[in-house]
Amino acid sequence: MTLAELKKGEKAIIIKNDETELPLKIVEMGCMEGAVVEVIQKNFLSDPIYIKANDSFLIIRKDLASIIYVEKE
Amino acid sequence: MSGKIKIVLAGNPNTGKTSLFNSLTGLNQKVGNYPGITVEKKQGEFKVTPDLKATLIDLPGTYSLHPSTLDEEVAVNILKEKEGPFFPDLVIVVTDVENLKRNLFLYTQIKDLGLPTILAINMVDKAKKKGIEINKEELERKLNTKIALISSADKTGINELKNIIVNYKELSTEPCYIPSKSIVDERATTEKLKRQRDAIKRHLFINELLANNYTRKSDKQKKEVRSLLDKVFIHNVWGYFIFFGLMLLIFQALFSWSALPMDLIDEFFAGLSEKTRAALPPGNFTELLANGVIPGIGGVVIFVPQIAFLFLFISFLEESGYMSRAVFLMDKLMRPFGLSGKSVVPLVSGTACAVPAILATRNIEGWKERLITILVTPLTTCSARLPVYIMIISIVIPEKKLLGGYLNTQGLSLGMLYLLGFASAIFLAFIFHKTLKEKGKTFFIAEMPDYKVPLPKNILINVFEKTKVFVFQAGKIIVAISIVLWALASFGPGDDFNNAEQIVKQENPQLTEVEIEAKVDAQKLENSYIGKMGHFIEPAIKPLGYDWKIGIALITSFAAREVFIGSLATIYSVGTDEELTIKEKMKSEINPDTGKPIYNLATGISLLLFYAFALQCMSTVAVVKRETNGWKWPLIQMFIMTGAAYIVSLIAYQILK
Repeated sequence: MTLAELKKGEKAIIIKNDETELPLKIVEMGCMEGAVVEVIQKNFLSDPIYIKANDSFLIIRKDLASIIYVEKE
Repeated sequence: MSGKIKIVLAGNPNTGKTSLFNSLTGLNQKVGNYPGITVEKKQGEFKVTPDLKATLIDLPGTYSLHPSTLDEEVAVNILKEKEGPFFPDLVIVVTDVENLKRNLFLYTQIKDLGLPTILAINMVDKAKKKGIEINKEELERKLNTKIALISSADKTGINELKNIIVNYKELSTEPCYIPSKSIVDERATTEKLKRQRDAIKRHLFINELLANNYTRKSDKQKKEVRSLLDKVFIHNVWGYFIFFGLMLLIFQALFSWSALPMDLIDEFFAGLSEKTRAALPPGNFTELLANGVIPGIGGVVIFVPQIAFLFLFISFLEESGYMSRAVFLMDKLMRPFGLSGKSVVPLVSGTACAVPAILATRNIEGWKERLITILVTPLTTCSARLPVYIMIISIVIPEKKLLGGYLNTQGLSLGMLYLLGFASAIFLAFIFHKTLKEKGKTFFIAEMPDYKVPLPKNILINVFEKTKVFVFQAGKIIVAISIVLWALASFGPGDDFNNAEQIVKQENPQLTEVEIEAKVDAQKLENSYIGKMGHFIEPAIKPLGYDWKIGIALITSFAAREVFIGSLATIYSVGTDEELTIKEKMKSEINPDTGKPIYNLATGISLLLFYAFALQCMSTVAVVKRETNGWKWPLIQMFIMTGAAYIVSLIAYQILK
């Protein structure tokens, strides 16, 4: 599943994905494989998404969240 | 050690970098631009020891040495260009004790550059309260540097930091030792993949380092404050109420708080002109001072209350962390118009001044979103429009109380103009969004900083510096234009000007001395150089309800809107000796054709609309040219805005007259 499918308050771990290459910036900000990610709030229409990844609080859009693959703990 | 060294402050946004800069340099700082580019450069001086002086440069906040925004690019270039004028002897990386995990990422990258690098861990005063414990010695060993535990809020640790600075030559310039993990290098074939692997490697190193040397007893309190405030501020319904309520409150406060100081300033300068004229011997020089320079300067100073209050509100919103919440709230709403949530910051700060607002678009990653934001930002009601608005509203809109005194008609009119500014910006953005074919895959990522109680000192310094820059830049133009204007109004070609007195006396032999004097002055102004120019454009602006005097003010205010009032002040005061405020002079202007006041409702509304739309600001044109790399976009922007201004004002005047 992807980060975009997580519900508010859910936690998961980012997993490696071969099909998509994430932008460097988001990896540098902490959204990297193995990192714990939690959805803190979703704006209406579920976009953008307010997350906590590797202990950093970030806002990302749904399009980006739907290429970040995660696995629930 | 003696001499002078160059130090650069680097760090993520929201780490208190600027607070540290302020604590070290105090008011001994200046805000300028880097040569050739318009990124704000903050530079200051301080003494490390009585003998050792230091120049301190505050870099724009950056997350990584692989820049993804223009602001970051500036920071990175300074750190990497060995021959550059700002290349430092020493780097201080500022981090926030609560966000050390993310902040150390940049540190490890900077450390790789081989410069002496000090790690400053900021806000340690909060750390104690929150039960954070750091194994400083171990961190110093693993990060291969000296650490200063500081709190720029209460100045602890500043001496410790200075002691490390003095001995900066003893610092290691080797990178931190980051062990290669097995996952790291195996499939890194492309450059991009290599960088990604490198980023992960650094994160893992930091995570492990902190797991062993950084403990936090209880997160509870901080979490609660953040999530409690977030529940309100970014709530799907209440969040929007608060956002729009806050904006409304700011504009209302702006209008009511600055009214009194503005009146006082206006009266002060009117009095000063009068006293100057009384104190100095009559002649051209006295006239230049009393009618050119002093009203011109008054036209600048009258801005100070509004600009200061605006910068105050905006820096409060930014420092407190609220601005990022507004980005989150507005992103989805802005996108159908081709804008980004990050466009909120330029659009809101555009209410102070479009120039810094356009610079703030540098955080927007996508070129199309950024371009559209640049193009529409000048439509938001900047503070240069305010004096024009306030003056005209106070003349043509009768003051009445509404809703039991909470609102009044004049305040409401001003509110409507702000609304009009935002609405037309959004509308124009939509048109650009549908017509522009600029491409480029964009992704959006922003940090959600902690809520903070802003430090009064930071806010005050910010307000002071920005107001100063604005006033001096606008001031130079306004004073120069006032002087030119006075000269053009005081001299003229041909007999109609030079023999004005004789002509008037011949035509009106029955008038008294005083009446003749007034007629002579009017005759002179009309036939002066500027009067000729005003008459020349009068046919074009008559359908909008303007006479040739307003025409003069329009011509001059194409350089900068705020010149409008100053120009009218100069025009109306040429030849009068009475002590009147600009407002009283404008109110008493009579249209010779109709015998009614010039500034009636129709002309007033038409002027307000003209100023709402027209792009009358050289600085904006210059900054747009620079930011879009050419004349194409500023010219398109000027054509659209000024064309819209003409059409809208024409329609309004023709309906209302």
